[in-house]
Amino acid sequence: MIIKGTTWKFGDNIDTDAIIPARYLNTSDSQELARHLMEDADRDFPDKVKPGDIITAANNFGCGSSREHAPIAIKAAGIQAVIAKSFARIFYRNAFNIGLPIFESGEAPDRIREGDEIEIDADNGVIRNITRGEEYPANPIPPFMQELISEGGLIEWTRKKILATN
Amino acid sequence: MTITEKILAAHAGKESVAPGDLIKARVDLVLANDITAPIAINEFKKTGAKDVFNRDRVAMIPDHFAPQKDIKAAEQCKMMKDFSREHDLSLYFEVGRMGIEHALLPEQGLVVPGDLIIGADSHTCTYGALGAFATGVGSTDVAAAMATGECWFKVPESMKFVYYGELSRWVSGKDLILHTIGDIGVDGALYRAMEFEGETIRSLPLHSRLTMCNMAIEAGGKNGIIVPDSITEEYVKGRAKREYKFYTSDKDGGYSEVKEYDCSKIPPTVACPSLPSNTRPAAELSHITVDQVVVGSCTNGRIEDMREAAAIMRGKKVSPNTRMIVIPATQQIYLQAVREGLTEIFVNADAVFSTPTCGPCLGGHMGILAKGERAIATTNRNFVGRMGHPESEVYLSNPAVAAASAILGRIATPEEVE
Ligand code: SF4
Repeated sequence: MIIKGTTWKFGDNIDTDAIIPARYLNTSDSQELARHLMEDADRDFPDKVKPGDIITAANNFGCGSSREHAPIAIKAAGIQAVIAKSFARIFYRNAFNIGLPIFESGEAPDRIREGDEIEIDADNGVIRNITRGEEYPANPIPPFMQELISEGGLIEWTRKKILATN
Repeated sequence: MTITEKILAAHAGKESVAPGDLIKARVDLVLANDITAPIAINEFKKTGAKDVFNRDRVAMIPDHFAPQKDIKAAEQCKMMKDFSREHDLSLYFEVGRMGIEHALLPEQGLVVPGDLIIGADSHTCTYGALGAFATGVGSTDVAAAMATGECWFKVPESMKFVYYGELSRWVSGKDLILHTIGDIGVDGALYRAMEFEGETIRSLPLHSRLTMCNMAIEAGGKNGIIVPDSITEEYVKGRAKREYKFYTSDKDGGYSEVKEYDCSKIPPTVACPSLPSNTRPAAELSHITVDQVVVGSCTNGRIEDMREAAAIMRGKKVSPNTRMIVIPATQQIYLQAVREGLTEIFVNADAVFSTPTCGPCLGGHMGILAKGERAIATTNRNFVGRMGHPESEVYLSNPAVAAASAILGRIATPEEVE
């Protein structure tokens, strides 16, 4: 899997209230959620972001609530992937469960500047910065997570298991 | 092994597990609320499962935007109700029976020691106070678990937090956990189990233990847990709806890190905007005026919290510049507060006494902040925009500090109003 796009840069501890404020959680409509993506962190973000873009962030991205609306809003806005130094654990689970590719990298979030063109080579665990001509390693995706992604997420994985036992 | 590892191993049908192992484990209870259930229900339908794995082990609790605050919220709640009826779920709680999920389930004896519980709500970690493994997951995890009765887990490393020394007056579990998060940071326990122990914990009342485990997620923890003892036994006996089991940690459980705290040195503590780790002694914040005070939530909405706030408010008035909103977490707590005359104390003090709801804790309803307004609350998160406008601010404290602040219209210590 190769993912190529333009980056938006965020800092440490981007919480789920910043990704999608709770005041919009009286709906689970993904397009409506996407219209408010990151607006408490950057009011103009929903207008600026384009399908195909990539988010980078520092430590503990997605901390706070368990709301799956957060990765759903990111995905619905057309964000292809998120790269961070670390992710909060429920966000990490949710992203894999719903099929939003996320990558942990110690180096990339510091080196990448907002607006850089990058290319993520998921199979080889490499992030290439096309704008700057640099390369950074990404942590390998654990085998079980790879299985979830290749099966199309947790629900598809569960559906197949249920079919197999019936 | 640690208590966390033992409970996970038992539910995975294994003799032992080690940190890093990926396991599939049986769950004793699965829960979702009016925000997370709609997604879980839609995903559940996609699994092709005809029924839930056990109609008595799936809890549906509309508490966040309930009583239904608007049409959209009403539709989400209705979806839960329809699903619960369709699958004949015994643990659906209509308004009038519902309370904030993490106060309601322990109170009703629906979560018990030794359980493995997942919930589509990050504060599911609260039940660790009973000696259970409980952790927040997403709606999709809940959908899969409703279908199969199982969930996947990575066995976490465990961190041990040892508390010793006597608590100062007006210091409770809230202050210990805020102090701890202030020390290790909001990702200080990322992916790990937080086990609380030591002489102070062994004599800490159960409601304070629930408060501590509730906020494990605020340090990034996977779960918070306390080895059960006679205080736990006292709480669960007569209330547990199922058989329970006490697990303990081995002497040399294998901890990735050990932290020690001298509790006699911990003062009433406040977390300043906009992270729970941004802590300061309450006494250093007397220059901070407040427009709103909230006493409630799954962190501090229990009867002991109501009593603590009422003890401060008795015979006093809320500052004319401030509004105070008191929200008991469940119907039983509400009734108990009425019986004990606490409600009267609050109303006489010009505070609002609300029906159970999460309400303002997540900026939902029942006390939202305008641009530039500031609140002190007994809740657990003070992120930007958590209680309303992105340019409003939230400070976190225990109920006594919140009540004292209501009287003076600024952050205050209980001693200042006694
Ligand atoms: S009271 Fe607040 S933290 Fe607790 S479950 Fe409700 S919204 Fe979440």
